[in-house]
Amino acid sequence: SGSNFSTITVCRELHEMGFHVSHSQITRLYSRFTSLDKGENGTLSREDFQRIPELAINPLGDRIINAFFPEGEDQVNFRGFMRTLAHFRPIEDNEKNKDPTASEPLNSRTNKLLFAFQLYDLDRDDKISRDELLQVLRMMVGVNISDEQLGSIADRTIQEADQNGDNSISFNEFIKVLEKVDVEQKMSIRFLH
Amino acid sequence: KGHTQLRLSQMKLAVNFLTIGLVILSLPCGSYTEIPPKPPGSVTVLPPVKPAGGPQAFPDAENSNLPVFTMDYARIQVPFEVTLWVLLASFAKIGFHVYHKITFWVPESCLLISIGLIVGAIMHSVHEEPPAVLSYNVFFLFMLPPIVLESGYFMPTRPFFENVGTVLWFAVVGTLWNSIGIGMSLYAVCQIEAFEVQDINLQENMLFAAIISAVDPVAVLSVFEDVSVNEQLYIVVFGECLFNDAVTVVLYNMFIFVADMPVVEPVDVFLGVARFFVVGLGGMGFGVIFGFVASFTTRFTSNVREIEPLFIFMYSYLAYLVAELFSISSIMAIVTCALTMKYYVEENVSQRSCTTIRHVVKMLGTISETLIFFFLGVVTITTEHEWNWGYIMFTLLLALVWRGLGVLVLTQIINPFRTIPFNFKDQFILGYGGLRGAISFALVFTLPDSIGRKKLFLTTTICMIMFTVFIQGISIRPLIEFINVRRTNRNLETINVEIHSRLIEHTIAGVEDLCGQWSHYYWKDKFLKFNNRILRKILIRDNRAESSIVALYKKLELQNAMEILDTVSGDINAGSSIVSLQYVYPLSPSSSCSLSLSLYFALSLILLLSLSLACSPSLSLSLVLSLTLSCSLFCSLFCSLSLSLSLSLSVFVH
Repeated sequence: SGSNFSTITVCRELHEMGFHVSHSQITRLYSRFTSLDKGENGTLSREDFQRIPELAINPLGDRIINAFFPEGEDQVNFRGFMRTLAHFRPIEDNEKNKDPTASEPLNSRTNKLLFAFQLYDLDRDDKISRDELLQVLRMMVGVNISDEQLGSIADRTIQEADQNGDNSISFNEFIKVLEKVDVEQKMSIRFLH
Repeated sequence: KGHTQLRLSQMKLAVNFLTIGLVILSLPCGSYTEIPPKPPGSVTVLPPVKPAGGPQAFPDAENSNLPVFTMDYARIQVPFEVTLWVLLASFAKIGFHVYHKITFWVPESCLLISIGLIVGAIMHSVHEEPPAVLSYNVFFLFMLPPIVLESGYFMPTRPFFENVGTVLWFAVVGTLWNSIGIGMSLYAVCQIEAFEVQDINLQENMLFAAIISAVDPVAVLSVFEDVSVNEQLYIVVFGECLFNDAVTVVLYNMFIFVADMPVVEPVDVFLGVARFFVVGLGGMGFGVIFGFVASFTTRFTSNVREIEPLFIFMYSYLAYLVAELFSISSIMAIVTCALTMKYYVEENVSQRSCTTIRHVVKMLGTISETLIFFFLGVVTITTEHEWNWGYIMFTLLLALVWRGLGVLVLTQIINPFRTIPFNFKDQFILGYGGLRGAISFALVFTLPDSIGRKKLFLTTTICMIMFTVFIQGISIRPLIEFINVRRTNRNLETINVEIHSRLIEHTIAGVEDLCGQWSHYYWKDKFLKFNNRILRKILIRDNRAESSIVALYKKLELQNAMEILDTVSGDINAGSSIVSLQYVYPLSPSSSCSLSLSLYFALSLILLLSLSLACSPSLSLSLVLSLTLSCSLFCSLFCSLSLSLSLSLSVFVH
């Protein structure tokens, strides 16, 4: 294809990012990337993602696709693709004792939670407002619920989480609410060889 | 706390009067009934035999006056004794919970076995046979199903299906590894002349190994439900002990069959493997079929709400019995039936039926578990033993070693396939939590007598059970704290957690689709679609597909409303809530705590004495015993009266 990097280069870059993938994993994901890349120009657009049938019927499909595209851009190359996927790597036990001054790897608990937070927070104001919550709820719950009931659920959710009284959920409140949930396990994918 | 003390003493008064009544009823019976011969085989109860002369209260039967007071103990003997035993075991359970500290450090199973040991000793000294509760038929047909139903019904489905591969791996391969390893090594040990067990051949050793290598659901669950470990570990231990039944059944039948034959042919081994698939898949298949039939039935029960819970119990018991009919794994059948049924039935039945079902399942399971451990203690004393240091010690050692090795090796193989691999701490608890229990005992108890060293096997099994339940059961909690195993907090029901977890699940499913990678989320998604499109339409009456978020929201709102009504005590008691608010009682001193403890143990002793009384043939013995127990009864009555008097006096003073 038209891309002009080798998988070894990508491997090295990802290792620097803290994303330790094996050669075979990168090859596999690269072949997936190229199979999605119908235009064969080394980048993926939103339409390429929307062609995946299961993703199209996923309630959060659009938002997931959006997460792959950095702010304001319409194309993503293989580096960006892998960078987003890096969030989902399982946390290994031996990484927990690493040097605390090094930058946090992409698959740390905080970064995983940030990924999930940004699925709600479309306008990037670091707060989940009632409307943003309602939108996501409507997508997940389906059409059988009245607006009032959905509104009460959203109100209850915000009331449970909100600690500073601004009627929205900040990232810290989000982290606090999920402190007992095993996010490291839930938000991990074991990339097959 | 003072309020609780008053209610406690009121309860004790009532119970004392009840006991007096029961004991008085049973007192004269000792002199009238004779002990009928025990029937062959092992069903617990004795057909009622009319005592010589028929029911009589007055000595002269020639007098044709109408008897004012008659008594016929033989007629009610069976249900009466059953009820007394159940009550006795339940009193013991009440007694343990008076002191919270005991149950925290010592699992209830150990306490129940200890009380059973005491009762067994008493029964042995009056030369009385205990009811044959742990015999094959009674145990497997009546005692085991409630417990397995309870574990199947309350099994957390989501983690189970996420870990189903690991569970089956440990259940099947682990049990095979254990039995073959222990069997072979025991055979090697038998060859050592010093132990005098050379007459046990390979087949008998393998049979015995198959029986004691299976981890027991009753013992494991009673220990692990109080201890908190991380969800993955819990579900693997939980699932393993339930699903290893298939392997145990096959191995047991195979080796019993083979123990009679002098030579084993390779054909039999292949047939054994084939039989395993029949047993395992057949069990699951029957369970699923009965689960679906039960769900379908509940679709039509909207006009007969009162008997809705009945269907759950009848269908699951049917699944169990049909599996027993075909000698396939009945435990797997009933567990799969409960798993399948629960989801659909709880949508069809009314709220009250749902609560009733949950409560009755829990109650039956707890009663069975209590009785099983209790009788384990009793039969320890009353069976005939044959002690052999070498064989027993080696069995204990080999069981531990092989289990440890097995867990290590199997985890190494399965870890690459798991999202969160087991670290060494998890593996240690997995190996250490392999408790043996009553199932092994029941299986050994019913070995055919053609096996020469049956008594030795019995003794070894009992030692094994005692060792694992007492030593491993008591030490597992401090060990978990000490090595700091990863914990999962299981009380996570907030609406935030539910919503965000669903979001994460959808995200993971989407990203996996993106990567073209299939994992259990893919299958889960496919199953959910199949479920929504086909299964729910058939099995659920009112098919308004309700999101789990909305369901949880409704449940939490309902809980909040109940909490507002609820005041001092935990449960909302009918009629007492107004009265209880008006009094404030002084804090109870610790002396009354110990008093209540001793009172409860006194009550238990009274009950068991009345039991032995009901069966003892000698008149003088029964007189002596009745005198002693009347004295202790009046003592306890006096004590509780004085306690309640003093409490009410202090109320007046305040």
